Amino acid sequence: MFSLASLRPLLLATAVLAGSVGPSAASEVRPPFGYGTPATPEQIAGWDIDARGEDGQGLPAGKGDVAQGAEVFAEQCAACHGTFGEGEGRYPKLAGGAGSLTADRPELTVGSYWPFAVTLWDYINRAMPFGAPHTLSADDVYALTAYILNLNNLVPEGFVADKESLPKVKMPNHDNFTWQDPRPDTAMKPCMTNCVDPSTLKIVSTAEGQELTPRTTGPLDDMQPK
Amino acid sequence: MPFSSFEDARKASLAAGVERVQVPRRLLLKMAGAAAGAALIDGRAARADDAAPPADNEWSQSLGAGVVDQPYGKPSAEQVDVIRRNVPWLTAGTESSISFSPLQSLHGIITPNGLFFERYHAGRPDVEADKHRLMIHGLVDRPLILTMKDILRFPSTSRIHFIECPANGGMEWRGAQLNSLQFTHGMVSCAEWTGVKLSTLLEEVGLKKDAQWVLVEGADGAHMTRSLPLSKCLDDCLVVYAQNGEALRPEQGYPLRLIVPGWEGNVSVKWLRRIKVGDKPWYTREETSKYTDLMPDGKSRGFTWLIDAKSVITFPCPEVPLSGPGLYEIRGLAWTGNGRIKEVHVSTDGGVNWRQAELKDPVLPKALTRFTSPWRWDGKPAFLESRAVDETGFVQPTLAALRQVRGTSSVYHNNAIQTWQVKPDGSIYDVQLG
Repeated sequence: MFSLASLRPLLLATAVLAGSVGPSAASEVRPPFGYGTPATPEQIAGWDIDARGEDGQGLPAGKGDVAQGAEVFAEQCAACHGTFGEGEGRYPKLAGGAGSLTADRPELTVGSYWPFAVTLWDYINRAMPFGAPHTLSADDVYALTAYILNLNNLVPEGFVADKESLPKVKMPNHDNFTWQDPRPDTAMKPCMTNCVDPSTLKIVSTAEGQELTPRTTGPLDDMQPK
Repeated sequence: MPFSSFEDARKASLAAGVERVQVPRRLLLKMAGAAAGAALIDGRAARADDAAPPADNEWSQSLGAGVVDQPYGKPSAEQVDVIRRNVPWLTAGTESSISFSPLQSLHGIITPNGLFFERYHAGRPDVEADKHRLMIHGLVDRPLILTMKDILRFPSTSRIHFIECPANGGMEWRGAQLNSLQFTHGMVSCAEWTGVKLSTLLEEVGLKKDAQWVLVEGADGAHMTRSLPLSKCLDDCLVVYAQNGEALRPEQGYPLRLIVPGWEGNVSVKWLRRIKVGDKPWYTREETSKYTDLMPDGKSRGFTWLIDAKSVITFPCPEVPLSGPGLYEIRGLAWTGNGRIKEVHVSTDGGVNWRQAELKDPVLPKALTRFTSPWRWDGKPAFLESRAVDETGFVQPTLAALRQVRGTSSVYHNNAIQTWQVKPDGSIYDVQLG
């Protein structure tokens, strides 16, 4: 057991120490601290996997064509995405949806929505196949990229994807993105009294009776759509 | 938890407790000697069924469990319903999915670590902290690799911030679908985060002249990646290893994650392993194909990071209805990525008239803020709404106002006023008014 009395000399000593370095302490607590170890070029190369959407910076050597991509796709991807990218179950559809973005139920696919072809390479490389991400060779990723672009009629059958050709693929929806957030895009006034005519108030939508809500007591729900 | 099930839950808890408690041998002997008195004790316990005075309760007439019975403490067994839940029909599986925090059962601005909502893009990795590394490279003077021990040596900072998935409320754009506070608003949680300022780490490696953007990447299977403007990174981002005083939970990025205060949750990359400094954004999949907002004219907005002012009434709500006319304290949460919440207004007539709610201390920037408002319910139908105003003067919009600008296909950033319909029996429903 320790007592407060036995702590006191320690506290005093700390106070004296703090006082002695007081004026310079703040300026000492600045980078560089020198912690860690320099990252070597070899270490960086192993983890530096990104390929930049706009200009393809970071794409590695290697290449793949549409026919090779069809083979890899059938083996690695079709179980979830369907043989022609149509999507199985709730897994994403990869092709189609052209012209649907203003429709009531837009279909957002690589062809109809994605603004950059290189992003497709980057994403397949880092995150696919879903169960074994980042295990495909660069050639296989190029081939898959070529195949999926071809499914969307964005490149011809003979297209060979590599670090030169991919950044040049023009994506149809590229120009429909704005990268500046325009919000705030509403300008509600903080009205406090008689803000709405009560006679116009009506329920236009209710969750009651829709049977879409999982239970919030008891065990986890496993409800599926009807 | 609804009161109707309270007694059942208590009995279940006691039954479970009886099995768990191991009574020391010497006490058993003593108890055997007192067998003559057992009938009397049993008699008292039997009369204590309603757990009210003058009867004593059985937990007051027995020996409780000892220390370290639960070396890592758990909630009361009665709280078994207070858990994260998912909407199974929403996603293909649970690995790239979301769970919702049970806001209807929580009472403060801090979300308990085990109830913090989850969002995974490739499941939850089990990262080994001593093998984890953070690499910082790109347009820097001194590319660096840091172990967790290295990171813990840097000067530390603690701050309380919410994280909200921008898809919170995304299922309600076309109409009211989910009759539950947990599922309409549960993709938001708030914690005290402790770690290192990202600016400190960037200063440590030294930024080159052209540095403008930062790529942050996770160690999960998705190698989750987002681009962030350097200005935000230097302003208030944190690289954290602790949440509410303990190491991050695996669900929240153990052993290391980024916190980007006030911005959509997915940029606060979990299991953070790489920071690359560059001169342009990367346009990764998670900032092009996803987390962009499709407008009715077919145009899309990208880099819509900010979480705008939002609020919701957490009591009453569909899960916690009213129990008859009388005086109630309406309670709720408000938050904004734009500094502090300045005011919250509450309406009980569907937005015809509003009154100021009371904000409860602490009111912190980019943190959940509690509000309350007393209400005497006359037992008649009512429509409860709350409306947040942030310190920039921005007023939380109605869903109609949002739809007018953004249509119904933008998925993300639905910060509309929520309407709860109160029926004469006290039950509450998620509705939208026109």
